[in-house]
Amino acid sequence: MIDIVSGIIKAVNLIVTLNPEVLQIAILSVYISLSATILAALISIPLGGLIHFHEFCGKRGIIIGIQTLYSVPTVVVGLLLYLLISSAGSFGFLHLLWTPSGMILGQTVLIIPITTGLTLSALSGVDRSIRDALISLGATTLQGIHQIVKEARSAILSAIVLAFGRAISEVGVAMMIGGNIRGETRVLTTAIALKTDIGDFSFSIALGIILLGIALVVVLVLNLITAGLPFESQVALGGPRT
Amino acid sequence: MIRIAGVSREIRGEKILDGINLEIRDGEIFTLIGPSGSGKTSLIRIIDLLDVPTAGTIFFDGADSATSHSGRLALRRRMALVFQKPAVLNTTVAKNVAFGLVFRGVDGPEIERRVEAALNLVGLAGFSGRRAVTLSGGEIQRVVLARAMVTEPEVLLLDEPTANLDPVTSELIEDLIIRFNREFKTTIILSTHDMVQGQRLATRIGVIMNGKIAQVGDLHEIFYQPRGAEIAHFVGIDTILHGIVEKNDRGHAIISAGRSRIEAITPIQPGRHVGIYIRPEEVTVSSLQGGVPAQSSVRNRFSGTITRIAPFGPFIRMTVDCGFMMTAMITRRSCEELGLAVGSLVCLGVKASSIHVLPERP
Repeated sequence: MIDIVSGIIKAVNLIVTLNPEVLQIAILSVYISLSATILAALISIPLGGLIHFHEFCGKRGIIIGIQTLYSVPTVVVGLLLYLLISSAGSFGFLHLLWTPSGMILGQTVLIIPITTGLTLSALSGVDRSIRDALISLGATTLQGIHQIVKEARSAILSAIVLAFGRAISEVGVAMMIGGNIRGETRVLTTAIALKTDIGDFSFSIALGIILLGIALVVVLVLNLITAGLPFESQVALGGPRT
Repeated sequence: MIRIAGVSREIRGEKILDGINLEIRDGEIFTLIGPSGSGKTSLIRIIDLLDVPTAGTIFFDGADSATSHSGRLALRRRMALVFQKPAVLNTTVAKNVAFGLVFRGVDGPEIERRVEAALNLVGLAGFSGRRAVTLSGGEIQRVVLARAMVTEPEVLLLDEPTANLDPVTSELIEDLIIRFNREFKTTIILSTHDMVQGQRLATRIGVIMNGKIAQVGDLHEIFYQPRGAEIAHFVGIDTILHGIVEKNDRGHAIISAGRSRIEAITPIQPGRHVGIYIRPEEVTVSSLQGGVPAQSSVRNRFSGTITRIAPFGPFIRMTVDCGFMMTAMITRRSCEELGLAVGSLVCLGVKASSIHVLPERP
């Protein structure tokens, strides 16, 4: 208990004095997870649109598959990716192992099922009559998808925030692909694991607080976007919740 | 303009539309009337190329619509459809109205000008910045109408455009439809189950029943010369009798129906079985309470007792038992003046020329 209290005090100290190491780790974490989230969104939104707007054999199966992958263990993604990008793997020539780029790749793979699956749900939430109206107004397939994605924007945004949460809080990929190299691939979660191992609890607690702080900022931004602002400001920020 | 050739649509083995053949002429207001579930919406969706018919096709100015995706898009862009359930997107009124123009690649200032004009036309000037989903039902319907009109379509399809609207808003929307048709020479195809609306708007009417076109004609033909009992019933004819032509003197026929004899104008020859259709508004009602009424030129007179009285807007619809059941419609005021109630003895009169006669199988 005393450990925790003194840890918190030291943590606050580390944070308010902007300890360079803590800062560097936090920034790298945000950078990697944000990149992964943006990449995943760029892939998932069009992919979700394609799946949603086309009827094909096995569509249901694909959706069930995607939903199952919501709960894929991070270490399994880490393992698979390790096998692929380690020097012996098929993509070893890319030299992604132990690099932030490799970690971004891993987290992207990890969260794509969530962003795609929840994009699909978001699109299903848009009334069929909206789609009919757009088609009858002369929309091409792409124009139609674009407008419906816009209509589902708040639900898709929630999906993206959730995905970011999974990315920034995972340890498996960060550890197995990044390797927790100090100053290079050490992120919040791997640092907490390591510092706890070596008994530097206050440092761990500081990082834990920062992790939660980042989560808080993300949630606040989402809430700002989706509620409590005048309609015009919501539009400016990306759209109101219906 | 539009030719619907043998169009059928089946959904899971159920025939929604069954061999529809129709020709829509340039610049007319063609009204599809029929009961709910008769296939009006399905047909309108197929005309707008939203759904593909199971059989048959639609020709636009002679060109077959069963063509490539882009060919259908080009045809669809010459039309606009206002759905029964209006759907607006969660953005401003102006942006909602602009969609059709944006999709067609019209440039910004032009869009602004035309959206403004369209909103003025539907009486929503000053609404452009409002959020569409927060408007009332009547306002949303007008937004949707503006959205359809702003693209200046050659064909405007309206699926029950005033269902669920109050009478004042309905009239406003009907006026808009008529104005749009006159000013822009737009061909309009409108569906409704509201007979009165059909009468107010239509150049021609198509009656659709159980997925089939039962009759096509002008107002007079549909309302006074329906082609069968089912249509007659739908267009408000309650009194349908069956009889045999006894005599026909140069089109002036005497028909016996049960114990009654009815005079009507029809070329149908003696011996033939016929159906006799009498519109309730064509029946005159006089009270028999104060003795026999004065003679008039009315050829058919039946006396009987009122069995049922029901209000029908400003009218009273009454059923009279005169050996057969006959429905008459009179104004509320004349009903009060005549002091009529259930059980009153009345004399009903129908002119021979007001009776519609159709040959029937025995």
